[in-house]
Amino acid sequence: MKWVPLGLVRYTFCLGGLSVFFFLLCILTGPFLMMYYIPSVDRAWADVQDLSNVVPFGRFLRNLHRWSGTLMVICVPVHMLRVFLQGAYKPPRQLNWLVGVTLLLLTYLMAFTGYLLPWDNEAYWAATVGMTMGENSPIVGSKGPFSILSQDKDIAYILRGGTMLGQPSLTRFFFAHCVAIPGAMAGLMGLHFFNIHKAGGMSGPL
Amino acid sequence: MTVVKGEALRSRDLYERPPKYELFFPNFVMKELCVGLFFLIILFIWSYFKNAPLYELADPTKTPAHIKAAWYFVGLQELLAYFDPYLAGVIIPTFILAGLYLAPFLDPDPIKGIGRFAWKERGFAMYSFIGGFAFWWLLIIVGWYLRGPLWAFYWPWEDHHIIKPPPPPPWSFPLPAGIAYIIAFFGLGITVPGVIFPNFFYRMGVVRYVITMFLWTFMIFALAKMFLNNAFNLKYILVTPWFNI
Repeated sequence: MKWVPLGLVRYTFCLGGLSVFFFLLCILTGPFLMMYYIPSVDRAWADVQDLSNVVPFGRFLRNLHRWSGTLMVICVPVHMLRVFLQGAYKPPRQLNWLVGVTLLLLTYLMAFTGYLLPWDNEAYWAATVGMTMGENSPIVGSKGPFSILSQDKDIAYILRGGTMLGQPSLTRFFFAHCVAIPGAMAGLMGLHFFNIHKAGGMSGPL
Repeated sequence: MTVVKGEALRSRDLYERPPKYELFFPNFVMKELCVGLFFLIILFIWSYFKNAPLYELADPTKTPAHIKAAWYFVGLQELLAYFDPYLAGVIIPTFILAGLYLAPFLDPDPIKGIGRFAWKERGFAMYSFIGGFAFWWLLIIVGWYLRGPLWAFYWPWEDHHIIKPPPPPPWSFPLPAGIAYIIAFFGLGITVPGVIFPNFFYRMGVVRYVITMFLWTFMIFALAKMFLNNAFNLKYILVTPWFNI
C-alpha cells in the first residue's frame, strides 16, 4: 500500500512516465522489426524495403518504432528540464539525477545507433560525420590534438570496427541498439524507479 | 472504519485514506496510463499517415551534396560550423555532460524549492539551466531549418537552389592576441561575478564557485565565438601547432 499526493498528474504531462511509455513501445515493436531484418550491408536496406512494402503491418510497426523513438528523444530532455526546475536533484535524490543523466545519454546513443541500421545514404553519411568527431577526439583519436594512437587503433576504429563504415560497424551498431543499450537502459530505469521509492516518492507534481 | 457484512473485503478498505492522498496503485498508475493511452492514439494516427524516412541505399563512393545528421544531432553538427570537430564533437558535449552530472553538487542549497517552481529563490540555477537548454534547441532549429547546401545560412523564404557566394576569406587572431583573449575572457568570467555578488561567492565556496563559473564562462565563450564568426568572419581565436580554438 503506497499513498501518493493527489494531483500529481498535471500540466507537465508526466513526461517521465511518458518516456517509459515510449521506451516500452519501442521495446514491443523492435523485436517484430528484428524478425525481418538481417544486419548485413547487402541485405539491410532491402529488408527495410520489404518490411515497408511487403510484410503485413510492417510499415506501420516501423513507423511506430521510429516515431515513438523520436518522441522519446524529445520527452527525456524535457523531463530533465522539469526535474531540474523543480529542484528534484537535491537531497535525497542526487543519485537519481545521476542515473537520469546517464539515461539521457543512453537515449541519444540509442537514437544514433538505430539511425544507421536501415543502411541508407543519409544515415551512412550522418554516421560518417559522427565518426569524424570520434577520429578527432583529443588523445584517443588519430586525427585529434595530441593523438597518440594510429588510425587502425584509435577510438573511431574501435567504434566502427574498421577504418571506414562497413559490415563490422553495422554489426556493432545492431548489437548496441538491440542488446547492449536497451539492456543497460532497462536496468538503469529499474534503479531510477527504485530510487524514487527510496526517496519517499515524487518531489512534486509531475 | 465500518465493514458492511456480506461485501468482500478489499485491501484498500483496510486503511483510512489520508486526506489529499490517493493510492499509487491503481489510482495513480491508472492516470499515467490514461496519458499514455492519449499519446498512443496520437502515435497510431501519426504512424498511419506519416512514413519513417528511408532514402536510397548507402553508397560510400558518393558523398551527398549536403549531409544532415538526424535532427537530434543537428545541434552538434551546427557547432561543427563554428568549431573544430574535437571541440564540437568531444569537448563541448563532455562539458555539457559534466555540468549535468555535477549539478546536484554545485548547488549549495539542499532544500530550497524542491517540488515546485521557485523562480525567486532559485533564479540563478533555473535561468542558467533554461538558457543552456534553449541554446541546445536553438542550435537544432537553426541547423535543421535554416541551413542549406554547404551548410550556408538560408532564411525560410530563401530558395535553396540559389547557391550562396562563399564568405570572404576567414582570419584568425595572432597567437599573443589569442592567448590574451582567452586568459582575459576566462579570468574576467570567473572573477567578476564573485566581486559583484560577494554573497553568492561565500554561499558557494571556492571550489563550487570556480567550477560553476568556469562552465558558465565556457558557454558564453562558445556563444561569443559564434558571434565573432558570424559578424567578423573570425576563424580561430587561438592557433597553435597542436590544436585550434
